[in-house]
Amino acid sequence: MTGQDVVLVLLGAVALGGGVLCVTTRQIVHAALWLVVAFGGLAGSYLVLTAEFVAWVQVLVYVGAVVVLLLFGIMLTRAPIGPGDGLDSENRWVALVVAVATAALLVTTVILGFGYDRKDVHAGGGSADALGSSLFRTWVLPFEVASVLLLAALVGAIVLSRTDIGPKDGD
Amino acid sequence: MHIVYPAVLSALLFSVGVYGVLARRNAILVLMAVELMLNAVNLNLVAFDVWWRDRLHGGQVLTLFTIVIAAAEIGLGLAIVLLVYRNRSTVDVDELTTLRENTADDTAEPAAEPAETVEAGR
Repeated sequence: MTGQDVVLVLLGAVALGGGVLCVTTRQIVHAALWLVVAFGGLAGSYLVLTAEFVAWVQVLVYVGAVVVLLLFGIMLTRAPIGPGDGLDSENRWVALVVAVATAALLVTTVILGFGYDRKDVHAGGGSADALGSSLFRTWVLPFEVASVLLLAALVGAIVLSRTDIGPKDGD
Repeated sequence: MHIVYPAVLSALLFSVGVYGVLARRNAILVLMAVELMLNAVNLNLVAFDVWWRDRLHGGQVLTLFTIVIAAAEIGLGLAIVLLVYRNRSTVDVDELTTLRENTADDTAEPAAEPAETVEAGR
């Protein structure tokens, strides 16, 4: 186990702990805050995997934008602030069984498939320079399609959330 | 670096997301669990991109696209949740059963009630 592995396992434990607390906590605002911990741990894992540009995009978009959006959603739906039992549905034991089965299947497959394969990883593969030139040379068409998709999602969200526009009475 | 650590971590995070989607009742918490699952997939993409030293950086670029699509998804998802809240005054996914297939007991349930709540929400 190299130092890189140790750091990755520690950051993974942080991310996994944040994720577990996010899906089990009884306070809805705490769930959003534990989600920040999980995303932060994942961003650290990206840094250890030498994908620094993806790590900072993760921090900017997920921790900066998505969590704030989720907190706004919590406030706008007047969710119960404070501890409450109403956040879990009755079928949570079934959900636990399904999740444990998924975990067992995936972990067994991954361990059987990759076992103790190891390689040395060198820095530089995930810099903004390398990723940018690859994005704007090879992947420029999907990039433009993604921008159109974002525009469509923006227009859709505005149409859905405005109350003064909508179908006429006759529809 | 062993590839098995990030792969196992992403499998476990995905399972945590599966549990969250199935067990949570509040629609916003369900969306959070979906984000956890998407992040688990992102970790896999980045790990294998670095592992294979992809010259075109396909894995990391695909991760960026997944992040973009997740941002669009969360925006639209929250807009839909807010619309549901305005029409039904609840975001509990257990109670949103209008589109449920009728079981043998409640086939007599009239369909007029949901239309009326939609009208009241406008």
